[in-house]
Amino acid sequence: MDFDLTEDQRLLTESVGRLLGDTYGFEQRKQLLKTPTGWSEALWAQYAELGLLGLPFSEDHGGFGGSAVDVMLLMQDFGKHLVLEPYLSTVVLGGTALRLAGSADQQDEILPGIAAGERRLAFAHYERQSRYDMTDVLTTARANAGGFVLEGAKATVLHGDSADTLIVSARTAGGRDDEAGLSLFLVDANTAGIARRGYTLRDGSRAAELSLSGVQVPREALLGQQDNALPIIRRVVEAGIAAGAAEVVGAMEAMQAMTLEYLKTRVQFGKAIGENQALQHRAAEMMIALEQGRSMAMLAAMMVDEPNDAERARNISMAKVGVGQAGRFVSQNAVQLHGGIGMTEEYAVGHYFRRVMVFEHLYGDTAYHLDLLADQVA
Amino acid sequence: MDLRFTPEEVAFREEVRTFIAENLPRETRERMRLGYRPKKQEIIDWMRILNRKGWAAFNWPQEYGGTGWSAIQRMIFLEENLAAPAPELLSFNITMIGPVLIQFGTQAQKDHFLPRAKNLDDWWCQGFSEPGAGSDLASLRTRAEKDGDHYVVNGQKIWTSTAHNADWCFCLVRTNPNAAKRQEGISFLLIDMKTPGVEVRPIISIDGSHHLNEVFFTDVRVPVENLVGEEHKGWSVAKYLLGNERTGIARLGSSKAAIRRSKEVAKEVRMKGRPLIEDQAFRTRVAQLEVDAKALEITQLRVVSAYAKAGGNKPDPVSSVLKVKGTELLQNSSELLMDVGGPQAMAVWQAELAAMANEPEIGPEWAPQMAPAYLMLRAASIYGGTNEIQKNILNKAVLGL
Ligand SMILES: Cc1cc2nc3c(=O)[nH]c(=O)nc-3n(C[C@H](O)[C@H](O)[C@H](O)COP(=O)(O)OP(=O)(O)OC[C@H]3O[C@@H](n4cnc5c(N)ncnc54)[C@H](O)[C@@H]3O)c2cc1C
Ligand SMILES: Cc1cc2nc3c(=O)[nH]c(=O)nc-3n(C[C@H](O)[C@H](O)[C@H](O)COP(=O)(O)OP(=O)(O)OC[C@H]3O[C@@H](n4cnc5c(N)ncnc54)[C@H](O)[C@@H]3O)c2cc1C
Repeated sequence: MDFDLTEDQRLLTESVGRLLGDTYGFEQRKQLLKTPTGWSEALWAQYAELGLLGLPFSEDHGGFGGSAVDVMLLMQDFGKHLVLEPYLSTVVLGGTALRLAGSADQQDEILPGIAAGERRLAFAHYERQSRYDMTDVLTTARANAGGFVLEGAKATVLHGDSADTLIVSARTAGGRDDEAGLSLFLVDANTAGIARRGYTLRDGSRAAELSLSGVQVPREALLGQQDNALPIIRRVVEAGIAAGAAEVVGAMEAMQAMTLEYLKTRVQFGKAIGENQALQHRAAEMMIALEQGRSMAMLAAMMVDEPNDAERARNISMAKVGVGQAGRFVSQNAVQLHGGIGMTEEYAVGHYFRRVMVFEHLYGDTAYHLDLLADQVA
Repeated sequence: MDLRFTPEEVAFREEVRTFIAENLPRETRERMRLGYRPKKQEIIDWMRILNRKGWAAFNWPQEYGGTGWSAIQRMIFLEENLAAPAPELLSFNITMIGPVLIQFGTQAQKDHFLPRAKNLDDWWCQGFSEPGAGSDLASLRTRAEKDGDHYVVNGQKIWTSTAHNADWCFCLVRTNPNAAKRQEGISFLLIDMKTPGVEVRPIISIDGSHHLNEVFFTDVRVPVENLVGEEHKGWSVAKYLLGNERTGIARLGSSKAAIRRSKEVAKEVRMKGRPLIEDQAFRTRVAQLEVDAKALEITQLRVVSAYAKAGGNKPDPVSSVLKVKGTELLQNSSELLMDVGGPQAMAVWQAELAAMANEPEIGPEWAPQMAPAYLMLRAASIYGGTNEIQKNILNKAVLGL
C-alpha cells in the first residue's frame, strides 16, 4: 500500500492546477456556459499540449502511459474547477472502450487523434427506458451486405452533440435484458440516419439524445467481439464511475473550503457563524464525509484495472455508493451553511452541488449500487 | 384522547376535496401534477375562485371575511389544497399581512387593504431580510426618516420572494438607530412598489428560476399613514407575524403529493429488469417516508389543538418541531421523486415549451421538473427561520438550555 504521489504525478497536478487556476475562474466558466458548445476548443488544445488527452494511452499512441491514479488526480482537479470539456466522454469512456476492445487498426486510427486533440468520442449506450440497467438495450444492428444497419435511440449521451465519433451499443442477437447479443460499433457521428439533439444537463454540461434510423456502418465498425460486448460495456462504465468519483471529490473539496471560509467570515448575532458549535460539528461531519468519499474514490481508481471481474465490479459499486452518499451530504450542507446565498446561481456552491447531483444519477445511483451489493451479501 | 377525525371533520375534508376537484382549472392542475410551479395568473385565478367561495381568508376572523373554521379544519383545508395539487394561497397576503392588519392596523388600513389582499387585487411581498440581517433579523439597517407626513426610506432588502410580481411590500425599517436595544428602533411600513426610488433586481436561484429578488430603496417617500402599529414598535408586529399562523408551516400536503407521485412514476421506470415499484429497497424507502409523514401529521394535530385550546393567540415554540420535520420531509420526498426519475431527471428542458416549439421531448413528461423541485426545496430549511435557528429556539424556549 502506498498513498504517496510520484514526482511525475506531483508535476502533473501542479501544471493542471496552474492552467485551470488561470482559465477556470467562476466568471470565465460562466462565459463558457453561454457559448453554443458549452465548453472551450482552445482549452481542449491546451489539454492536448499538456499531454492530458493521451494521459492513459500508451506512448505508441501518442500517450503518456499514465495509470488510473493519474486519471484520478486529473479528474479531482477537473472537479475542483467544474471543467466542462468532454474529457470523460472522450478520453475516459471512449478511450477505455478502444483500449480494451479496439483492434490494432482501430487504436492506431483513433487514439493518437484523441491525444492530439483532433478527435472527440461519445459513449452511446444507455437508452430512455433503461434507466441504470446495462442490458436493457433495444437498439438493433442487423447484418447486411454492407456491414450492419443500426436502428434505435440512445439517451443522455454525454457530449454526444459535439463528438465526431460515437461508440454505439446495439443488439446483434437476443432480446431486451439478455446479457449476450450486444455489440459495440464505432460510428462517424455524421453518418446518414443519425439525428442528434443536444441539450444541457443540470450541471451545465452537455449531452444529446440520438436517434438512429437505417444507419449503415461497414463491417469494420464493429468494436470488439460481436454479440459479446457486455464485459467491455461494464468496464467502460466502471472507468466512468472511477473518474466521476474523483471529480466529485474535487467538487467536495471546493465546497468544503468555501464553506469553511464562509463560517469564518459571515457574521450574525455579532460573531462569526462558525463560532456556533452546531455549525462546527456540521463542518467536522462534512470533513469526515469528504475523507470517507476520498477513500472510496481512491478505491475505485485502484480497482478499475483489477482483472477479477466480480471483485472489480463489487468494489466499484462500493465506491459509487460511498462517493454518492458523501457527495450528497457535503453538498446539501454546503448550501445549508451558506443560507440564502448558497441558493443562488451567482455563487459557486450551487454549481458544485449540481455537478455532484448529476454524477450521482449516472451509471447507477446510490440505491442501485446498494441493491447490487445487497444481492451479493452472503 | 382520540386521534381519529370526527365524522364532521371527515365530511369537511370531503367537501374541500370535491370543491377543489370541481373548480381548480384543469390546465393548472395538470401543470402542477407534473411539478411545474403555478404561474402568477394561475395563482391569482385560484385565489379568486377560493375567495368567491369564501375560503381565501381561511384563517381570518369571520367579521373580516374569514371562515370561522376550527384549527383542525384549517389544517385539513391547507393539506387538501396542497395535495391536489393546487396553487398555495399567497402566504404574504393571507397568513402574513392580513392577520397583522387585523391585529395592529388602523380602521382605514383594514378597510382598504384587507378585501384587496383576500382577492389578490394586491400582491404582497415581505421585505425583512437584508444582506447583513438574515438569521439575525434585528440587525437590519434599512433607514426610514420622518420628513413631515412622510417617511423617507433608504436601504436594501434581499431574498424578497416574488417582489417582481408584487404591488405592495411590508417592510421592517429602522426608525431609531440610537435605541438602547436594536429591536426597539424598528418600524413596520407598507410600501407601494410603484413609488419612485423602489428598484427590484432579480436573483436567479440554483433551480434556474426567478423567484428571489433584491429590492433597493433610494429616497422612497412613504406616507405616515402606512405605518402599522406604533412607530419604533415594529419588532412586536414582526414577531406576531412570524409566530402567527403555524398551521401551514409543515406543508405536509406537498410532501404527500411528492410521495404519491414517486409511487406513480416508479411503476413506469425500471430497476434491474423489473418495475421500480417492485424493488424492495425502494419500497422500504417509501415506507419510511410514509412513517415520517404520519408522525408529522399527528404531531401537527397535537400542536394545532393545543394552540386552539390556548386561545389561539400565543405562538407555541413547539411549532419549531413542525418546521424542522416538515421541511426535512419536503426535502426527502423531493429527493425520492428525483431519484425515481434518475438520469432522465437531469436534463434541462420544459415539456410545455417543447410542445409549443414542436420540438421532440428530451425525456418523459414527468421528468423535467423533478430536479428543479429538489433544488428549490433545499431552501426550505433556510427560509422562514433556518432549521438551525429553529433548534436554537427549542433549546432556549422549551429545553431551557
Ligand atoms: C467503556 C469506557 C471505557 C473507558 N476507558 C477509559 C480508560 O481506559 N482510561 C480513561 O482514562 N478513561 C476511560 N474512560 C473514560 C472516558 O474517557 C470518559 O468517559 C470520556 O472522556 C467522557 O467523559 P465523561 O464520561 O466525564 O463525560 P463528560 O465529559 O461529562 O461528557 C458528557 C457528554 O457531554 C459531551 N460534551 C462534553 N464536553 C463537550 C463540549 N465541549 N462540546 C460538546 N459536547 C461536550 C460529551 O461528548 C458527552 O456526550 C472510559 C469510558 C468508558 C465509557
Ligand atoms: C428561497 C428563499 C426565499 C426567501 N424569501 C424571503 C422573503 O420573501 N422575505 C424575506 O424577508 N426573506 C426571505 N428569505 C430570507 C430568509 O429568511 C433568510 O435566508 C434566512 O433568514 C437566513 O438568513 P441568511 O440567508 O442571511 O443566512 P445566515 O443567517 O447568514 O445563516 C447562514 C448559516 O448559519 C446558520 N446560523 C446562523 N446563526 C446561527 C446560530 N446562532 N446558531 C446556529 N447556526 C446559525 C444558519 O442556520 C445558516 O445555516 C428567503 C430565503 C430563501 C432562501
